[in-house]
Amino acid sequence: MVGKFLQKVYLSIIFIFLYAPIVVLVVFSFNDSKSRGRWGGFTLKWYADLLKSSEIRSALYYTILVAALAAIIATIAGTFAAIGIYNMGLFGKKVMLNINYLPVLNPDIVTGIALMLLFVSMKMQLGFITMLISHITFNIPYVILSVMPKLKQMNKHLPEAALDLGATPFYTLRKVIIPEIMPGIITGAMMAFTLSIDDFVISFFTTGSGVSNLSIVIYSMARKGIKPSINALSSIMFVSVILLLILINKRQSKGAESNIEKIR
Amino acid sequence: MKKYVKVIAVFLMIMALVATLPGCGKGPTVTINVYNWGEYIDEEVIDLFEKEYNINVNYETFATNEDMYVKLVSGAGKYDVIIPSDYMIQKLINEGMLLELDFENIPNFEYIDNRFKNLPYDPENKYTVPYFWGTLGIVYNKNMVDEPVDSWDILFDPKYAGNIIMLDSMRDTIGVALRKLGYSINSTSPDELNEAMELLMEQKPLVQAYYVDEIKDVMINGEAALALTWSGDAIDIYLEGVDYIGYAVPKEGTNLWFDCMAVPATSQHKKEAEMFINFMTDPEISYKNTSYVGYATCNKETLRRMQEENPDITEMASYWPGDEILDRCEVFNDLGEYQSLYNNVWTRLQAK
Amino acid sequence: MKNRAKLLAYPYAVWMAIFIVVPLLLVFVISITEGNVRDLGSLKLSTKSYAKFFDPMYMSIIWRSFYLAFISTAICLVLGYPVAYIIAKEKVSRRNGLLMFFLVPIWMNFLLRTYAWMTLLSKNGIINKFLGIFGIEPLNLMPSTGAVVMGMVYNFLPFMVLPIYTVLTKIDKSVVEAAMDLGAGKVGVFLKVIFPLSIPGVFSGITMVYMPAVSTFVISKLLGGGKELLIGNLIEQQFTVQGDWHFGSALSIILMVIILISMLFMPGNDTEEGGASMW
Repeated sequence: MVGKFLQKVYLSIIFIFLYAPIVVLVVFSFNDSKSRGRWGGFTLKWYADLLKSSEIRSALYYTILVAALAAIIATIAGTFAAIGIYNMGLFGKKVMLNINYLPVLNPDIVTGIALMLLFVSMKMQLGFITMLISHITFNIPYVILSVMPKLKQMNKHLPEAALDLGATPFYTLRKVIIPEIMPGIITGAMMAFTLSIDDFVISFFTTGSGVSNLSIVIYSMARKGIKPSINALSSIMFVSVILLLILINKRQSKGAESNIEKIR
Repeated sequence: MKKYVKVIAVFLMIMALVATLPGCGKGPTVTINVYNWGEYIDEEVIDLFEKEYNINVNYETFATNEDMYVKLVSGAGKYDVIIPSDYMIQKLINEGMLLELDFENIPNFEYIDNRFKNLPYDPENKYTVPYFWGTLGIVYNKNMVDEPVDSWDILFDPKYAGNIIMLDSMRDTIGVALRKLGYSINSTSPDELNEAMELLMEQKPLVQAYYVDEIKDVMINGEAALALTWSGDAIDIYLEGVDYIGYAVPKEGTNLWFDCMAVPATSQHKKEAEMFINFMTDPEISYKNTSYVGYATCNKETLRRMQEENPDITEMASYWPGDEILDRCEVFNDLGEYQSLYNNVWTRLQAK
Repeated sequence: MKNRAKLLAYPYAVWMAIFIVVPLLLVFVISITEGNVRDLGSLKLSTKSYAKFFDPMYMSIIWRSFYLAFISTAICLVLGYPVAYIIAKEKVSRRNGLLMFFLVPIWMNFLLRTYAWMTLLSKNGIINKFLGIFGIEPLNLMPSTGAVVMGMVYNFLPFMVLPIYTVLTKIDKSVVEAAMDLGAGKVGVFLKVIFPLSIPGVFSGITMVYMPAVSTFVISKLLGGGKELLIGNLIEQQFTVQGDWHFGSALSIILMVIILISMLFMPGNDTEEGGASMW
């Protein structure tokens, strides 16, 4: 019992550690002073200001769009690639994996500038498409990194058995392999989304034509000081995500309960 | 669950299509790309411009001159108006990256104070129109510093060990050391730079940190006694209603900085760019802009109005350091091939 | 089946060739030349940039970066493994939710969170004000190397937890039960059964933390007060403030090579089973 209690305490400490800065962020979004150091009084003006700033709205739009699209595409492409790589011979596997990890190894700035050079030499106009391509490029390795351990864990005989029993390779893929590695796929998707949402350096060097994301907008406020409307925006995002999670959780547990009812 | 996934996928694809269609549904209007520092414009001003001239504005921001330079130079960014700083402008002019402006299209140029024309980086004033200006100085906490702040020496005084903040900006910090030693902030002499390096290395243990915008919060919070920073930051602090922070420009003289509007050579909408520049220099618009951003204006009319309506601000040293000091100020110039001397000093200093 | 399956990898191979290999080749070319990058005609071969690296100053910067990354990764592992373990042991219905709550903070912008840490850790910041209530003298928490490490751990912890969690959830419970039936104590079960089975996840986690940790630059800039120059900062400066792309490219290639070599010595490097590993 002590063990359980200690575990709960430990988790709580970690959670506090993770959420402390967020709480600070939210609290300061109501600060009447622009300064992070002083409390100037309670105000909602930064939230109102959000409605006026088209730069921030546009950045938010692109941030979410690129993150979601890149995550989805990278997850699909990465999963298939991982399965393919898993089935390759030793040499091919090594080559593919090692090249695959290069974007993970490299400092962001090198990947960003390298991609920019590529796009410029291909005479591509920098903008939404180039930013999306860049995000997909650095997301896929993380998807593969998440899926590979699950593939290794999977019982090799499972797909073989399915094939023996008459399933087509595609059916095997859909109904046997993918469900087995699903946790890895989801993990990969979440990581890809997380990386894209926060990315600054690579996005900065591979975008243009007025397409910006939140990180770029925030970083470029670095010389003058960050406007608390960014805090307001983050707070709204934070609350939305938490609400969404609670909703999903409630639905899932309701679904589980009704399943149990059915079984009874 | 699958249904939701399909719906989301379709929705995202529609969003993506809309994003990639260039200027869809905006009609046959021209779009210009403006590239400026973050938080350096009143966004309402952009809206006003768009409405008055029916020109669409794509507004992007950058954090440093060098970031902007990389984007501009690689041909990656197609911009029509950029707002770089003095030494960067000189570099761009030297590399033929700026277009000569047709001042017939910028009649509001007459409102710019004469002392801001024909500056060292654009001696015949062919390429730029000043936007904001300021000085590099010392912000100090009046409760923690009870002696007069009038010399660079105070930043190197062991009395304030651990309470000094320097700028995380190569030219500015090295420039201060050079100035203290009596040299030019644009020095290209290896010996002088070596001396500056030694001085900064000696100072390092006394320095709490090398920051940029974090300086404001640190000072307001009373976490340091002295900080090297730009005049605009001092104005910002004042506007926060803080009266225990002062700003001083040392008697040895300092760096005078300018951010100006210019049109890159790769622009395809020169006329519209000039219209934008002209618009920003209109006294009404300039006043609105300077009130929002807080930095000192280059516009005569705007200054006059500021002096009438906000005399407390315009009399501060951070807004107007006085002619005597201005005479002893220097503007940064582009170091060209001597850049590597400074690079070396800066890296060594940080690595110590 | 295997033959057909590996076809799945070919499209990605093409993608990698275009978007990973070619750009890196461009970087490599810049690293072995000198001259104005904008004027391709002025470039000529030179090993000047690599030669420049053999200055003790740069070596010590690299050493320091790897050292700090190593410490951060180790701390992430020590702190993160229990988190993954505890959450994985929860009821199925609860644990996904718990995991999501664990991840939410990292979807908030990283720069903002780092600034928030500054507000918490600074001399007159929230933590010190709190300690002041008990009459404790303000601690000099930031800027400091410790703050930088903490910042790195904070940023990368979820990336360590996620892969370990994923692998732990799929460990066959009957294997664990069998071990216990055979007389192994709780500790024995963990050390000899659970932990070894979770190694692929641990390895993924280490990879995803260690490598970005080596090349980070924002955390050292803010929480280190600009006094902690890491290789990430140095490279970033080469491409921006200092404008020496050749040196920056050379540093990047060198960094990459060192990391690739250090991965050789990483545990869990099995390629037999088609491991998610290097070499």
